[in-house]
Amino acid sequence: MVAVSSWGRLSNEAHQVQVLADRSAAVAQVRGNSPGICYGNGRSYGDVCLNPGGHLWQTRSLNRFISFNEQTGRLRCESGVLLRDIQRTFMPRGWMLPVTPGTQLITVGGAIANDIHGKNHHKSGSFGDHVHALHLLRTDGTVLDCNRAGDRADMLRASIGGMGLTGVILDAELQLRAVNNPWLTTDTLPYHSLDEFFNLAEQSEQDWEHTVSWIDCLSGSQARGIFLRANHADAAPAGAKEPGRKQLNMPFTPPLSLVNGLSLRPFNELYYRLQARKAGAGFAHFEPFSYPLDALHNWNRMYGPRGFYQFQCVVPTADAKPAIAALLDSIRKAGAGSFLAVLKTFGDRPAPGLLSFAMPGATLALDFPNNGAKTLALLDTLDSIVRECGGRLYAAKDARMPAALFAAGYPDLPDFINFRDPGISSAMSRRLLGS
Amino acid sequence: MATAPGIPQHIVIIGATSGIAEQCARLWAQQGAIHLVLVARNQQKLQSIAQDLRVRNPAVQISCQSAAFTDPLAINTLVATLVQHGCPDLVLIAHGTLPDQALCQQDLASNAEALQINGVSPVLFAEAFVPHLLSAGRGTLVVIGSVAGDRGRKSNYVYGAAKGLVTRYVQGLQHRLALAGSAVKVVLVKPGPTDTPMTAHLKQQGAKLASVEEVAASIVTGIQAGKPTVYAPAKWALIMMIIRHLPRFVFNRMDI
Repeated sequence: MVAVSSWGRLSNEAHQVQVLADRSAAVAQVRGNSPGICYGNGRSYGDVCLNPGGHLWQTRSLNRFISFNEQTGRLRCESGVLLRDIQRTFMPRGWMLPVTPGTQLITVGGAIANDIHGKNHHKSGSFGDHVHALHLLRTDGTVLDCNRAGDRADMLRASIGGMGLTGVILDAELQLRAVNNPWLTTDTLPYHSLDEFFNLAEQSEQDWEHTVSWIDCLSGSQARGIFLRANHADAAPAGAKEPGRKQLNMPFTPPLSLVNGLSLRPFNELYYRLQARKAGAGFAHFEPFSYPLDALHNWNRMYGPRGFYQFQCVVPTADAKPAIAALLDSIRKAGAGSFLAVLKTFGDRPAPGLLSFAMPGATLALDFPNNGAKTLALLDTLDSIVRECGGRLYAAKDARMPAALFAAGYPDLPDFINFRDPGISSAMSRRLLGS
Repeated sequence: MATAPGIPQHIVIIGATSGIAEQCARLWAQQGAIHLVLVARNQQKLQSIAQDLRVRNPAVQISCQSAAFTDPLAINTLVATLVQHGCPDLVLIAHGTLPDQALCQQDLASNAEALQINGVSPVLFAEAFVPHLLSAGRGTLVVIGSVAGDRGRKSNYVYGAAKGLVTRYVQGLQHRLALAGSAVKVVLVKPGPTDTPMTAHLKQQGAKLASVEEVAASIVTGIQAGKPTVYAPAKWALIMMIIRHLPRFVFNRMDI
């Protein structure tokens, strides 16, 4: 038995870990050791990848490329390949992943199972929009060839965002996008109200591929923040130097969360001022721009021994402004939150998966150090705002939402149940789906 | 792809399906190796590794070869074919298994098998390559040992004894080549406990393991730096120095 945590470090329970290292051997390993759930690189925040006391199928060693077409940019690879491995292998050859989240230290299988999104949702959708096929190992030992065009298109749709509950993704076929160089032209705009944020988001949709904003989570509905937008550069900017790959490390877990009532306000003040000074046009390498926290190894330890909750919701466009204002006011009143709070809008496009998170509207994401009942009470308040406007929470980040909120937010859930593999179960599936 | 001077171009890997060897092969392919020859028992697994390397660098030529690992005659013949078209710049001998210590204590056949595959077999491969490297007058021979070979411990002394055999062999070979004034280099790599499929059950017991990517990176840079012994990661040099020098009355009280 091995003690395993997810990224939020809220639990550290024993699991029976099976290392899947070879696609052909995985069939017997999974059939003989179920029920279980896949665990990739452990970057999900909550319990989507945990199965305390039971089996955990670790996929990180299934990390081989299978084929790549230099003309079309179509890549086939095993599911434990890290997004960073894809970016660093194919960027020099003029290709990159069309959609990545705020970290590239996640596996392809995890990206599919959580149907992750990035800063360019309005242009490129979510990860699942670029998955053309996958091999799905069911716990009865069969391997399903799920293809967008073929018979198993419905199983593919269920597996995208399917929280790993439809089978073990062995490998997938992804469409990469052509890119000239690793550089982005950027524009940084401080904003001083939610109106200003929503105006900027709307104006930027047409001409900017990437949009995101940092928001001061203590500023309430009088929100202030920094709006960032970026496009891929046609040519490497003059004087551009590839960033180093030096990693800083958080070497130990401090006895108390470093993110707390004392540190949060001055940090946000400082961060806002520093960023506001950078206002205007610039350029950035895609790695530090897209994955700033990847440079700080083990940053999740910052929240101390009790770990942290991440809250990420999306609220529909119609009520987005009042709902985000209400969420921010509740957070300010509680004086909780984290340095890293993100507000962005999603584009108006159909989702590729039955349980995909992204939908037209605005999404707010932030961490809360785990202060027990106080934190859970605040999260309940935030839940009620989300429920009222018809929004949903993101399963990849969740460790505590009530089953009713999940069912209300994901109308295709009854359909999804038909595609589940009976030999797969996680802490999250038992909490949200009852088995 | 351009290659910097000192980067090995023709590489033979014995035991290419081992987790550490696979990661080293990726690094060499990225650095611009020209020809990789992969030798292993499990051909299916070897094919998927070869395919991966071809995607990573389409310019590198990959050949796969099956082998018997314990038959001296077969080893000799295999090595002779491997050097037929020129002597490689680098030979990595990486095969091995992590035997179950308790089983080795009860079952002499398992014990003998563990000593064969982890100790005798790598030495036979190395010995088979040496005359070819010597007559070419260049090249690097890298053998994977283990920190377990530095001092026998209750929990894995059969494996440790096999790796200790490899350690003494490499030491002697290094001495021989130094006296002969040969330019051929011999490197002994001693990885600490590494997160590979071979150690999956150690992880079950809660052992702290280094990532295989990190270990491979220290091996590749260590070889390039021309070190005769490479601990991977480097911190194991210090840890093992302490373990080697612990007085017996202290050591024998430790449950390690």
